[in-house]
Amino acid sequence: MSRRTSQDAIPDTREERASYLNAGQGLGSWLLTHDHKRIALLYLISITFFFAVAGCAAALIRADLLTPEADLLSNEGYNRAFSLHGIIMVWFFLIPSIPNVFGNFLIPLMIGARDVAFPRLNLASWYIFMAGGLLTLAIVVMGGVDTGWTFYTPYSSTYSNAYVIGALAAVFISGFSSILTGLNFIVTVHKCRAPGMTWGRLPLFVWSHYATSVIFVLATPVLSITLLLVALERIFGVGIFDPALGGDPLLFQHLFWFYSHPAVYIMVLPAMGVVTELITAAAHKRVFGYWFIAGSSIAIAVIGFLVWGHHMFVAGQSPYASAVFSFLSIVVAVPSAIKVYNWTATLHKGEILLDGPFLFALAFIGLFVVGGLTGLMLAMLAIDVHVHDTYFVVAHFHYIMVGGTVSAFFGALHYWWPKITGRLHSDLWSRVSAILIFGGFNMTFFPQFLLGYEGMPRRYHVYDPSFQVLNVMSSVGASILGLGYLLPLTYLLWSLRYGKPAGPNPWGATGLEWSVASPPPKHNFETIPLVATGPYRYPLEADAPDEGEGEKEAERV
Amino acid sequence: MTASLRLVLVWAALMGLLALTIGASFLPLGPVLPVISYAIAAAKAGLVLWFFMELREEGGLARLAGMAGFIWLAFLLTLLAADLTTR
Repeated sequence: MSRRTSQDAIPDTREERASYLNAGQGLGSWLLTHDHKRIALLYLISITFFFAVAGCAAALIRADLLTPEADLLSNEGYNRAFSLHGIIMVWFFLIPSIPNVFGNFLIPLMIGARDVAFPRLNLASWYIFMAGGLLTLAIVVMGGVDTGWTFYTPYSSTYSNAYVIGALAAVFISGFSSILTGLNFIVTVHKCRAPGMTWGRLPLFVWSHYATSVIFVLATPVLSITLLLVALERIFGVGIFDPALGGDPLLFQHLFWFYSHPAVYIMVLPAMGVVTELITAAAHKRVFGYWFIAGSSIAIAVIGFLVWGHHMFVAGQSPYASAVFSFLSIVVAVPSAIKVYNWTATLHKGEILLDGPFLFALAFIGLFVVGGLTGLMLAMLAIDVHVHDTYFVVAHFHYIMVGGTVSAFFGALHYWWPKITGRLHSDLWSRVSAILIFGGFNMTFFPQFLLGYEGMPRRYHVYDPSFQVLNVMSSVGASILGLGYLLPLTYLLWSLRYGKPAGPNPWGATGLEWSVASPPPKHNFETIPLVATGPYRYPLEADAPDEGEGEKEAERV
Repeated sequence: MTASLRLVLVWAALMGLLALTIGASFLPLGPVLPVISYAIAAAKAGLVLWFFMELREEGGLARLAGMAGFIWLAFLLTLLAADLTTR
């Protein structure tokens, strides 16, 4: 690690130090815990497992696409591989990744609370999540599902012979976990803030999770009902989406994307919160435009609900509606751009150290910008008609969801690892891994932009031989990316035993979470802190007036 | 007015609005009928929110949170209508 305070030179006596990690012994103390930090770790272990499973499906897909022929997977097997990859990645890794792990661990610490508002509900949320995840795995073992993660009707409701009902049930169940987590975060932020922790003093990580929670609570029920309606049509023949039964074939897409487009913001808003923390800590500089970043999170959460029709430009939606959705899709880029400009402005004249977490944050910004700009291209009606359902779209959303969110997830993992575990990890290896992931990611997905622009459709595994070179490049890149993802697993686990013990604030960062021991005690704070200043008050800007409530600076938190 | 009496009066108002919905369905109102029905439904939802969910005793933030689901439903229905009515 590059930036450490003198507090880090502490003896290796972690075993004696009381913390949430040794506050209870045995499996029962973990599986029945109400501690938000332990529940965060339960999520971390679970989603790492699901990430590995979905990653294996991705490896199968990329191996199959090495050649233009179907020489590894059957047609049916390929359909099931990409469906499994999408369903698990979206609902059992990406959506819960940052909120349920880092949100759970950090929000109470950041706002000066001893736990979330509803600790039991928090644990229930994890059990519900696991029930959904394990049901999905059971479906996989039984033979899988071939609808893709989007479950489009009429294929899912009428024609598919796979275990569609089981997969729908799994996603339906996991939705309750999202709703409960969102509800918990909203109430926690409203009701559990420490004295003096006004809205203007909240870390921007908390703002972004608040916006995410609003989406969790308001969008997820729509998905749940939609999946239920598909099940009703499939099991009982109730005419909802099938025109032969009196249904509307486009209604499913409207309802599905009303959830699933905001779901992209569920994935990326927490990542933006992480990046804000990483950028300010690396630059050691006060964030540029606090209220613009906070407001843009809320703006994204609201406007993100109004853009879903851009998934349906060629599906038979009216041209008038498409024009409206096209305009709104361009509008939503504005708050995203505000964040990017503010991050770069924060870096301006900062004391930047190129440590591992910062490289992950930089990777996020670069990849998110590419994903966002290609998203603007896709929001244009004419371009979308040309590249719809091609690899251009696949590349675009992977730049946002993987390049963006997963980079931020790894950045968060490296940045808060000392806080979570009480151990320092190797900064050299974290930088190597960040570079590997950035390079591997671009090598995997940039060729897919070209493939899509040249007309290779998504979800095909037999393709024109002229596309092979780009597909081979993509598969080689995926191998590098896989290595980049595996590498942190080794040195982070290694650090658990051999890493140097971490002091309370190894990065010299601001924020209440860095004011408690690493790892934190069971109830976070011996006495609830009194917050007297705004966030990100780094020494570089120590003399600047308070952006929060205008009170005098008392103590840096 | 006691709390119980208030609840009974709100319930009576809800029943009255229900009767109005049923009555309107028998009138030859044509395309205006759905508009009237939705307006009555919105009034009923408002009464439930204001009295039964006790939003009248809460601050602005809680009221906003209570209304959020309806606001978002309005997003969904408005933009759905933008497609359905112009296909």
